[in-house]
Amino acid sequence: MTVEKILELKNLQVSFETFGGEVQAVRGVDLTLHKGETLAIVGESGSGKSVTSKAIMGLIESPPGRIKNGEILFEGNNLLKYSKHQIQKVRGKDISMIFQDPMTALNPTMKIGSQIMEGLIKHQEISKHDARKRAIELLALVGIPNPDKRVDEFPHQFSGGMRQRVVIAIALACNPKILIADEPTTALDVTIQAQILDLMRDIQEKMGTSIILITHDLGVVANLAQRVAVMYGGKIIETGTLDEIFYKPKHPYTWGLLSSMPKLHAKTDKLLAIPGTPPDLRKPPKGCPFAPRCPYAMDVCIDHMPQYTASSGSQKTACWLLDERAPKVDPPSTIGVGGEA
Amino acid sequence: MAAKNEKLLQVKNLKKYFNVSRKDVLKAVDGVTFDVYKGETLGLVGESGCGKSTTGRTIIRLYDPTDGTVIFDGQDVGGKMSRNEKKHLSKRMQMIFQDPYASLNPRMTVKDIIAEGIDIHHLAKSPKERMDRVYKMLETVGLNREHANRYPHEFSGGQRQRIGIARALAVDPDFIIADEPISALDVSIQAQVVNLMQELQEKQGLTYLFIAHDLSMVKHISDRVGVMYLGNMAELASSDDVYDHPLHPYTQSLLSAIPVADPEIERTRERIILEGDVPSPIDPPSGCRFRTRCPFAMDICAKVRPKWHEAEKNHWVACHLHDEEIKTEKV
Ligand SMILES: Nc1ncnc2c1ncn2[C@@H]1O[C@H](COP(=O)(O)OP(=O)(O)OP(=O)(O)O)[C@@H](O)[C@H]1O
Ligand SMILES: Nc1ncnc2c1ncn2[C@@H]1O[C@H](COP(=O)(O)OP(=O)(O)OP(=O)(O)O)[C@@H](O)[C@H]1O
Ligand code: SF4
Ligand code: SF4
Ligand SMILES: [Mg+2]
Ligand SMILES: [Mg+2]
Repeated sequence: MTVEKILELKNLQVSFETFGGEVQAVRGVDLTLHKGETLAIVGESGSGKSVTSKAIMGLIESPPGRIKNGEILFEGNNLLKYSKHQIQKVRGKDISMIFQDPMTALNPTMKIGSQIMEGLIKHQEISKHDARKRAIELLALVGIPNPDKRVDEFPHQFSGGMRQRVVIAIALACNPKILIADEPTTALDVTIQAQILDLMRDIQEKMGTSIILITHDLGVVANLAQRVAVMYGGKIIETGTLDEIFYKPKHPYTWGLLSSMPKLHAKTDKLLAIPGTPPDLRKPPKGCPFAPRCPYAMDVCIDHMPQYTASSGSQKTACWLLDERAPKVDPPSTIGVGGEA
Repeated sequence: MAAKNEKLLQVKNLKKYFNVSRKDVLKAVDGVTFDVYKGETLGLVGESGCGKSTTGRTIIRLYDPTDGTVIFDGQDVGGKMSRNEKKHLSKRMQMIFQDPYASLNPRMTVKDIIAEGIDIHHLAKSPKERMDRVYKMLETVGLNREHANRYPHEFSGGQRQRIGIARALAVDPDFIIADEPISALDVSIQAQVVNLMQELQEKQGLTYLFIAHDLSMVKHISDRVGVMYLGNMAELASSDDVYDHPLHPYTQSLLSAIPVADPEIERTRERIILEGDVPSPIDPPSGCRFRTRCPFAMDICAKVRPKWHEAEKNHWVACHLHDEEIKTEKV
C-alpha cells in the first residue's frame, strides 16, 4: 500500500446552534486518508461520523452548523479556505459521497440515466451523447443488467439493492479520487449487502479510489477496510490498522464495542454490555468522553482529556490507561476475536 | 434449564394474504408450520419482506389468519374469536415492537404506559397495588421509580425499549413475540437489552419468539432458529445445527453472506454470492420460492413445491435436495 496522503483532517471542530444550546458534534478530529486505501470510521450513534464526512464534502449548512476550527487538506490544499464555487468543483468530481438511504438519495421524478449524466455534464466537458454512453457504461460497471434499457427507467422501477448500485454509479461518474460511503449497506438485506461490498472492492481495485467507509457494522469493517478510526463523543479515541483494532485494541470503548457483539463463529454465554448511554454533546464532558461508562475510569479521566499514545507506527489511542503512571490493565477476554472458539 | 419438550404454541399451515388491489393478492405468509416449546427462544430470520412480522402479528391476532391453525397451550386461537377472547389472549401473549420511538404513546407517562395492560385486565385491586406493580416492573427492567412520571421523549432508545419490555411484562404473560426489539439500537445498547431479556427468561420461565435480521444476535439468543424466505419457512433446527450444518441452499448463502467481525475469517472465507433480488410476493415463483436464485435449482423445483419435512432429527427443511423420495427417484 502507498503511504501518500490524499486527505488530512487537522483539529476539525464542528458545532450546531440548537434550541437547547450549542451541540459540539465534532470536537477536534485528526484523521489521515491514504491513497487507494479504505478507512473505516466506526462508533456509537451520534458520535460525529456523518458530521465529519459532511464537513469534508462542504455540506455543513450554516446556520445552524459552523466549522469552528481546523483544516481539511485535500492533496495539501485546505478545502475550508475554498469559495463556494471552488468547493462545488471538488464535490462530486474529486470527492463524492454515498448517503445512507438509497430511497431518498435519488430523485423519484427523474430518469436514472439523467441523474447519472447530471454530474458528468456539470464537471466534464462532455456532450450529452457521450454522457449517456458513459451512464450506460457506469450502470454496467455496477452490475445492472440491460443497462441500455434501464438507463431510461425511473427509481421506483428499481429494487433497493439496484437503487444503491445506481447511487454508487452516480458517485463514481467522474472518477473521484475519494469516495465517502456513509452506511452504504445498512438499509440493505445481507445477500444484497454482500453484492454491494463486492462491488465496492472491485471498483477500488479497478480505479484506485480511496474510500472512507462509515458504518456501525464491524463485520462490514472487517470485510472491506484496511484501517479503522473509532469515534466516541465527537472525538477519535483510537485508530489503527484493521488487525490492530480487532486483535490488539487498547481503548476500553473499543473493548466494549467488540465485546457487546455476539460472534457467529463462537459461543458467547453472555454479552458484555457497556452500561449507560453516550454523552450529551450540548454539555460535553471536560475529560475523557467515555469516563461515565468506563469500568476503568480513574480520577484523572474525569477532568482531563487524555492525549494520544502511539503503540505502533499506525496505532494511536486516547486513554489514560496507556500513561506510564497508570495501573496495567489487560483487555477483557470477551473481545473474543482472534480465532478462539 | 429444564427440558424443553412441552409445546406452548403450534402453528400449522398458517397463511396470511393481503388484498393489495382489486386483482392482486399479496401472500405475505403462505403456509408455515412450526412449534414453540415452553421456555425456549425460537428465532425467526430472513430478508426484509419475507413475512416475519406478519407471522408474529397473525399469531397474536393483530391480523386474522387467512388459513391454518394456531394452538396456544392446547387452545385453538387461530379461528374466529370474540373481542373478549382476544383480550384474554393478550393477557398471556404480548408483543415488543421494533421502534422504541414510535411504539410508545408520547402523550402518556411511563407509569400509564406500563399500567395499560394492568388496567385492561383488572390486575390491580387498588391504585396502590397498581403503582407497586409499575414500580416493580421498572426495577425489573433496570429503570427506577423516579422514571414513572416522565414521558417517553425523555429517554434514550435503549431505555425506551426497556419501557416497552416493562409494558409487555406487566400483565405477567407466558409468551412474548419480540419483533426486531434491538434493531433500532446501538451495538452497545443492544447487548444491554438482550441480556435483560435473557435474565427475565431465566427468572420467569418466559417463552420468546424473537424476530430479527441480525443472524449473529439470533444465534446468540435462540435455542432454535427458523429461516423464512418469501412467505415460507425454508429451514428450522437448533441454533447450532442451522449455523454449523445448514441444509437449505438459502440458509447456506445467507450465512456465507454475513460479514463476520473478524478480519482473519473475512480474508479466508469462501462466499456464495446470490444473484438478483427477492421476487415479489404478489407473483411468487412456482414450485420452490427460492428457485430463481438457487444455485442448485433442478427441473422439479419449478414444478413441485418442496415438502416441509423433518430431514434429520429435529431438523426441518423444505428443499427437494433433501427429500428422500426425490433423491431416490433421481438415482
Ligand atoms: N443539523 C443538525 N443540527 C443539530 N445537531 C446536529 C445536526 N446534525 C447533527 N447534529 C448532532 O451532531 C451529533 C453528531 O451527529 P452525526 O450525525 O455525525 O452522528 P453519527 O455518528 O453519524 O451517528 P449515526 O451512527 O446515528 O449516524 C449528534 O449529536 C447530532 O444530534
Ligand atoms: N398490512 C399490510 N398490507 C399489505 N401488505 C402487507 C401488510 N403488512 C405486510 N405486508 C407485506 O407482506 C410482506 C411481508 O411483510 P412483513 O412485514 O411480514 O415482512 P418482514 O419479514 O417482517 O420484513 P422486515 O424485515 O422488513 O420487517 C411484505 O411484502 C409486505 O409488504
Ligand atoms: S481515559 Fe480513563 S475513562 Fe477514558 S477510556 Fe481511558 S481509562 Fe476509561
Ligand atoms: S427446492 Fe430446488 S430451488 Fe428450492 S432450494 Fe431446493 S434445490 Fe433450490
Ligand atoms: Mg450517521
Ligand atoms: Mg418486520
